[in-house]
Amino acid sequence: MSPAVPWGRVMVASGCGGTGRELAPYADLEGLDFVTRSITLDPRAGGPSPRVAETPSGLVHAVGHQNPGLEHFLATELPWLVRAGARVHVSIVGGAIGEYAELARRLSRAPGVAGLEVNLGATDQAGEGLFEVREPYHAASVVAAVRREFPADRPVLAKLRPDLSRAVEGARAVHDAGASAVVLGDAVPAALPDGRPAGLSGPAITPVALRCVHEVVARLPEVAVVGGGGVDGPATARAFLAAGAVAVQVGAALLHDPTTVARIRADLEAQDPHDHSGRTDR
Amino acid sequence: MTSAIHVVGEVLATKRAGAYRHLTIAAPGIPERFRAGNFVAVSVGDDLLARRPLWIHRVKETGAYGPTLDVVVQPRGPGSTRLAELPVGARLPVTGPLGRPFALPREPVSCVLVGEGYAAAPLFPLAARLRERGCPVTLVLAADDEAHLLSALEARRSARSVSVVTRDGSVGARGDVTSQVDAVLERADADVVYAAGPTATLAAVAAAAERRGAWSQVALETPMACGTGLCQGCPVPVVAEDGVTRRVRACVDGPVIRGDRVHWGELG
Repeated sequence: MSPAVPWGRVMVASGCGGTGRELAPYADLEGLDFVTRSITLDPRAGGPSPRVAETPSGLVHAVGHQNPGLEHFLATELPWLVRAGARVHVSIVGGAIGEYAELARRLSRAPGVAGLEVNLGATDQAGEGLFEVREPYHAASVVAAVRREFPADRPVLAKLRPDLSRAVEGARAVHDAGASAVVLGDAVPAALPDGRPAGLSGPAITPVALRCVHEVVARLPEVAVVGGGGVDGPATARAFLAAGAVAVQVGAALLHDPTTVARIRADLEAQDPHDHSGRTDR
Repeated sequence: MTSAIHVVGEVLATKRAGAYRHLTIAAPGIPERFRAGNFVAVSVGDDLLARRPLWIHRVKETGAYGPTLDVVVQPRGPGSTRLAELPVGARLPVTGPLGRPFALPREPVSCVLVGEGYAAAPLFPLAARLRERGCPVTLVLAADDEAHLLSALEARRSARSVSVVTRDGSVGARGDVTSQVDAVLERADADVVYAAGPTATLAAVAAAAERRGAWSQVALETPMACGTGLCQGCPVPVVAEDGVTRRVRACVDGPVIRGDRVHWGELG
């Protein structure tokens, strides 16, 4: 039996729900677990165009963590999401452990933050000047620093790349460091057609992510795993849940069909009427 | 902001026009919300994840279906080729209407509309709106050749003056529209200039408007992954009121943007 977690089974993946406003016409945000795009302390302009390329059943993307910085986020985006009723998990990313810690400290005091998601799987950390997670202990150090600044009764998710060779080790390290759950996974490192570093997302990576989830659940039954990678409908969501994931994140599919998260949520609720998939606080 | 919806539409009619394919689509709820300059994002298959943004060329009544939309497709890549080959009756997921539409002048001022290729599509409903407001409309339609020109005949319904420019001279004046914009603005005594077409044309028209002191709005043709504002895949560098350059999203902060605000040199 998977560990119980205080959030719903369907989450909006970081970077795929806009600021929430753009998703609202297609999904009821009330009670929806919404992971924000990754926020940094200072504003980031993001990378050059083109940022996204299409590959078979996938999208290769290099947005470069464009975001308005923590202050603007706290002043405008967070209050809107809270008012819309979303359960807001703020994704954070930084250039150093201290930046992660500072983000966690300030977000711990912001009203309406349900939890954090620590972005440890960015596909071009060196190129973007982000803290480089080369070894599981790097990831663990970040999670420990965040955990110290963030109240223990609120979840901290740790998002890792779906890299089978490192998934179990990485999951164990962040779990021991205090992560409430490990998210597997982020985009797969890839390149845009012009060679720039990028990440691959979409159904193309589902089997890769699914394998990682299976492996971690089998080896570390005490660790809560959130599955993601090309979740594009109820069938894929169920495959991740059947593999032992406590929840799924819906990402790239929203770019293809913005109603995807609402459809999956409705389907899971219809299947199990007692599960409100995050509609009420449990 | 217009409130968009996502529906599974149906292709009601297709028509070849030169190098383009015109599709008439039933997408209940979208035509009713449409304003000139809006676009729709369509999905062409589960293996092609990116949406295809298409300008809404026209909204019309089609008997039993209620209002329908017309879009213009230029087959270029795998997605647009698939779109152009859709048969009547095909189902097509459509999201829309999307984006900021053209802003309309409050007074009946002289408006010049410059459009190139299939991207001139949103200027047709714009011309109709402007005419309703009593604005004299001068429309310049440009293309590489006649096959890539949208119907000038149709444009004459809404515009007081329509002129045509093709690079090869196959129809209308021969040459590059960008070299003729200044003269057109002068002749029309333009107060407001609207442009829709490739980036280079938009930049040239915006610059010409600036030289005249006219107010310009451009409909950007920026590649988009989602079209709905979710992914930040379509950055446009703009100079804000405070003089600071910011990257906004073509899909939700545009696609219609003030020409003097765009940092053309940085736009990919």
